[in-house]
Amino acid sequence: MADGGAATLPRIEAPGGASLKRFARRRSTIAFLMTLPLIAVIGGLVVWPAGYAIHLATLNRRMTSFIGLGNFEILLESETFRMVIFQSVFFAITAVILKAAIGFWLAHMLHHIPANGQRKWRGMLLVPWVIPPALSTLGWWWMFEPTYSSINWILNIFAIPSVPWLGEPWWARISVIIVNVWYGAPFFMIMYLAALKSVPEQLYEAAAIDGATSWQRLRYVTLPMMRNIISITVLFSLIVTFANYDIVRVLTNGGPRDLTHVFASYAFQVGILAGNIPRGAAVSLFMFPILAIIAFFVLRGVNRRNKEEA
Amino acid sequence: MSKHGITRRKVLRNGAGVVAATAVGAPMVHAQGTSGSLRFAFWDHWVPGGNDALKELAQRFGEQNRVNMTLDFINTTGNQLQLTIAAQAQSRSGHDGISLLPWDPGTYADQLEPCDDVMQRLSAKYGPVNPVAEFLAKRGGAWRGVPATAGTQAKPACARFDLLKQHAGIDIREMWPAANRAGPGADRWTWDTFLTAAEACHKAGVPFGLPMGQFTDAVDWVGAVFLGYGARVTDERGNPTIRNNQELRQAIDYLVRLSRFLPNDVWAWDDASNNRALISGRSALIFNPPSAWAVAKRDAPQVAENCWTIPMPAGPKGRFLAYLPYVTGIWSFGRNKTAAKAFLEFITQRENAELCVNKSQGYDIPPFLSMSDFKAWETEGPPVGTIFNYPLKAHHQATYSIAFSPAPPELAQQMYLQALNTKVVARIAQGGESVDSALGWLEREINNMRRGG
Repeated sequence: MADGGAATLPRIEAPGGASLKRFARRRSTIAFLMTLPLIAVIGGLVVWPAGYAIHLATLNRRMTSFIGLGNFEILLESETFRMVIFQSVFFAITAVILKAAIGFWLAHMLHHIPANGQRKWRGMLLVPWVIPPALSTLGWWWMFEPTYSSINWILNIFAIPSVPWLGEPWWARISVIIVNVWYGAPFFMIMYLAALKSVPEQLYEAAAIDGATSWQRLRYVTLPMMRNIISITVLFSLIVTFANYDIVRVLTNGGPRDLTHVFASYAFQVGILAGNIPRGAAVSLFMFPILAIIAFFVLRGVNRRNKEEA
Repeated sequence: MSKHGITRRKVLRNGAGVVAATAVGAPMVHAQGTSGSLRFAFWDHWVPGGNDALKELAQRFGEQNRVNMTLDFINTTGNQLQLTIAAQAQSRSGHDGISLLPWDPGTYADQLEPCDDVMQRLSAKYGPVNPVAEFLAKRGGAWRGVPATAGTQAKPACARFDLLKQHAGIDIREMWPAANRAGPGADRWTWDTFLTAAEACHKAGVPFGLPMGQFTDAVDWVGAVFLGYGARVTDERGNPTIRNNQELRQAIDYLVRLSRFLPNDVWAWDDASNNRALISGRSALIFNPPSAWAVAKRDAPQVAENCWTIPMPAGPKGRFLAYLPYVTGIWSFGRNKTAAKAFLEFITQRENAELCVNKSQGYDIPPFLSMSDFKAWETEGPPVGTIFNYPLKAHHQATYSIAFSPAPPELAQQMYLQALNTKVVARIAQGGESVDSALGWLEREINNMRRGG
């Protein structure tokens, strides 16, 4: 009996065990299991909140009934919100262009410094990017602050009248952009510096033999070689700048007269402070289609170029 | 089993007897049903030592009622308290009770435990509650929390009596002495007199520090001016009352004229800017609770010694005093609601409210009108009596108010938090718009807010 039992047991378990082993050995299964933690993180921290935000945006103020796209319709009819759209676009585009231009210029300057001295300059120029933005913005706020502005104090020494940095609409907009550029330009600088270092020196030598001027070298060698990294950094920065919250919140709180609000700060004001969470969710979702369209075209361009190069 | 005489019936009967005997023999505690633990989140007080009263009271309550008390103090800098409230409401978990900002009882009404029983007992003992606190804390006929003493504030004028006398010829201490009577000239303390004084102080280089931005200090004092002129932007049902509203035009015209005598950056001031203006000695008057004076006492004693708190000026339709109450709410999903109610009732008792006032150097204002006679307001100084007129007194002939009342609270909250009153003035005074155009914008904004209920 014992022998017989021992002999039959493996025969019964063998098919199940083997299929389990086969299942576990399949590469797709292993891949799925390995990515499961990431899928869980994305599901929990990206998909679920995004889905919940979309759900919230379709509710009425008391969150008791479904009103479809009602919140979006109401927002588009509001002058204040239309102004917020303009400001968000103006803020993001201006800040990204300036950050890219300054980052590009700084990267070139650094690229031409001998390797020994480059490290300390690189370190120093990265400082704004390393400091938490809420903290550095507070420092800027102290400099712009209406009553005790240190910048105004310096201007006054040279007999230049005080500037209402945060009190006058255009100055307030410029102040917000200045701080964002100060914070974000080092990111562009470091990315462009890495890209510059990867451009083969032979291309410049060939261009020099052909008699290319420095402008032509930049136009026909450097820029085409950096096109992909420029596209990706601009896209990444555009997303982050569009979603910016802390700078506006600390510097101006959206004022004066809502003229410096961006999507995120306005969403917070409407959703959390004024107690209209569905409408706040609708404000924050306005960024999504704009950024999705931009991301689609930028990434398509990058893919095409990669295929051409391949 | 039955052989040993132990049956299921007997076990149940004896068990019930033991439970009953324990219940009868248990010591009587102050509030029946209390025990276990309680976790409360309170607003973190501006005034140094302002939290001490609540800590002391919680300890006493815990000892008396055998409740394990935990208090967290959360500040409003960076809207930390507002975010905590929103997060707890969304997740339906957190503290048993929490300090709610003025408009929050309405926002979270469905998730707050009604406190009518507590308020009924307190009102029977101490008389009427501040009408603004009632307007904000009651929803659907039920109290959604207990109006708090700690953190609750009014915003009268904190003025430099030396500068006002020197530059505007007004002796405010004589006008509003530290006594229960109005002095000579108090009847002339109107918004017109105020405008003249603002102009004089502006010329002298010590302009009034009145914010015109989007923070509560700005909305509150502008709201009091509106009410003083009888200017309402909606009726009780929320219908805009902007067209052909002469009172509204009068109030706006007044504020535009006044804004010419204010610092040119008031449009960007926050709730701390006016405090800084007073403490630095650059301003002759602000509208604020005594926190600015309390900080000046520590950092700029020469300024504090010359400060005197006086009621807001009166307009053609009366004198209004901006009032901003905190309400302590109990979450309906809280675990120990009976004990939480007992605790709120305990801290609102007269002697305990007085402790809060004392520890906050007179900053806190209790919700019951009968509690405006505490000694702290007479004795605090220097100069002694400087905040005597901080809480509203009968001789002020004033009314506590909050901007945008009596609009329905859901609408008033949005108008208040989006600072529609200061923005409409700013559009004219700073943005150069015509009055008609600015009022048109105001009406459209209100109509927009009313939608999507």
